Amino acid sequence: MSTKSDLNLEYVANLARLALTGAEREKFSRQLGDILHYVEKLKQVNVTGVEPMAHASPVCNIWAADTARPGLPVAAALRNAPAQRDHMIVVPKVVE
Amino acid sequence: MADELIFQPAARLAAQLTAGKISSVRLLQAFLSRTMAVDGRVKAFNSHDETGALVQARAADERRAAGRARGPLDGLPVGLKDVIAVEGQPLTCSSKMLANFISPYDATVSVKLKAAGAILWGRMNMDEFAMGSSTENSAFGPTANPWDLSRVPGGSSGGAAAAVAAGELPFALGSDTGGSIRQPAAFCGIVGLKPTYGLVSRYGLAAFASSLDQIGTLTRTVEDAALLLGAIAGHDPQDSTSFRTEIPDYRAELKKRRGTWRLGVPREYFGAGLDPEIGAAVKSAIEFYRQSGCEIKEVSLPLAAEYAVAVYYLIATAEASSNLARYDGVRFGHRSTKAKDTVDLYCQSRAEGFGEEVKRRIILGTHVLSSGYYDAYYMRAQKVRTLIRNEFVCVFRDCDALLSPTTPTAAFRLGEKSADPLAMYLNDIYTISVNLAGLPGVSIPCGFTGTGLPIGLQLIGQPFQEADLLAIAHRYEQGHDWHTKHPALS
Repeated sequence: MSTKSDLNLEYVANLARLALTGAEREKFSRQLGDILHYVEKLKQVNVTGVEPMAHASPVCNIWAADTARPGLPVAAALRNAPAQRDHMIVVPKVVE
Repeated sequence: MADELIFQPAARLAAQLTAGKISSVRLLQAFLSRTMAVDGRVKAFNSHDETGALVQARAADERRAAGRARGPLDGLPVGLKDVIAVEGQPLTCSSKMLANFISPYDATVSVKLKAAGAILWGRMNMDEFAMGSSTENSAFGPTANPWDLSRVPGGSSGGAAAAVAAGELPFALGSDTGGSIRQPAAFCGIVGLKPTYGLVSRYGLAAFASSLDQIGTLTRTVEDAALLLGAIAGHDPQDSTSFRTEIPDYRAELKKRRGTWRLGVPREYFGAGLDPEIGAAVKSAIEFYRQSGCEIKEVSLPLAAEYAVAVYYLIATAEASSNLARYDGVRFGHRSTKAKDTVDLYCQSRAEGFGEEVKRRIILGTHVLSSGYYDAYYMRAQKVRTLIRNEFVCVFRDCDALLSPTTPTAAFRLGEKSADPLAMYLNDIYTISVNLAGLPGVSIPCGFTGTGLPIGLQLIGQPFQEADLLAIAHRYEQGHDWHTKHPALS
């Protein structure tokens, strides 16, 4: 089943910083259309006056003492960096 | 002889280690040789560190010989789903994005297992970033179900479940966001426990959907689940959603808690879509509880049954799109060599590093959070989540636990649902609402289909009442021998 939806795939892919191929766009458009059609059923539920629930934790807020603790050493923190030089991560030029 | 070892429950192996009947090195060698013999077909492991494991096993044997054993887990090998950090070990999330990532620190559960003397050696295959129900979405290839190699082991903790079922591991840790421990446990004929949200620290668990993710156990028996849960549960200041609660000796409580429990059976979980063989096996388990003196009550969870999957796929994808924004090719993970500028670096690295299901969920999550759609999708889903939670609160006024099938069908064939994401999502229909409500749930074996595939019974408990939940599950296990049956894998 394929359903029309208001999903603007190109716009959303750009927001998500995800380059999609033409084949992916076509496939996702159809599949996500089906999924969005399925979730439409939530419109049947009366949610008037219902508070949204962000998580199931009974914890409300946690304060941590503002004290210094040892962190990762630089070498360990940079161990997985794809490119590095002088204890810094190398990235493409940001400002011309 | 080796066969006897590899299929024994961890608690019994622990007793033999304590009594000096076996050594940790010998035990590890039994699991190693089993893994060598069968993992070429099961493909449960992403990697394992044999040398490191033998060093840990020798250290455990030395501690025990010196009378300094650290407890029942000392010297037992454990597998970790490849989403939980162990310092110095790979952490791939079964993604090309993290194919070369080495954890710079330990997850809290890893710290606890090490302190207990467990040998952390296997990295278990999974659906990429825990997104899937079949372990087919792994960048390193699918895992097979040991009961029928043409079928999926379930997912996303499929490697962990398959390895325990195949006798490659005594037990493992997985993560469960919508059923990712319970469903593979059901498909593989083992015990899968998802604890209450907040009972086990998520520090060092690569995040998928933070309000739903919870680390839990995959074991041969309920007693093993109690043993392993006791080792990993507890408050952790490094996880702000971790809850301060007393951690009982879950294993000792199994024998102490012998109530005539009130067990609810949600009528909507036995409707259309449920395979009749599964329904019959679960009903016979319910009958067992009735015969053993429990009060069985029919209850109703209409919103959970009808809307949980829709709510889940909006909330989980929204959270995933946010959590996975960190994979941008800059500080760690895959970096594209084709990028022309910084934004292109993000777009290309993510395009090359993520698999199809991950991309699909990021797109969906980004869409439902985007301006103009947030209220209609994400906010509405959060409100329906409240209503689903309230349904559970309501039924738990009169029930100690709920009984249901874990899955609507037994293990499906590899490739059967991979082209239809929605059909795959609907496989989680009985497990998902437990995560939405933050409850504990466990799947235990309750029979086999006519073709020899395992069937799972799901028990859902009250928040932080794992001791009761496990005691109820233990009663069923004591009356049956499903957990003594193992796949032939000949």
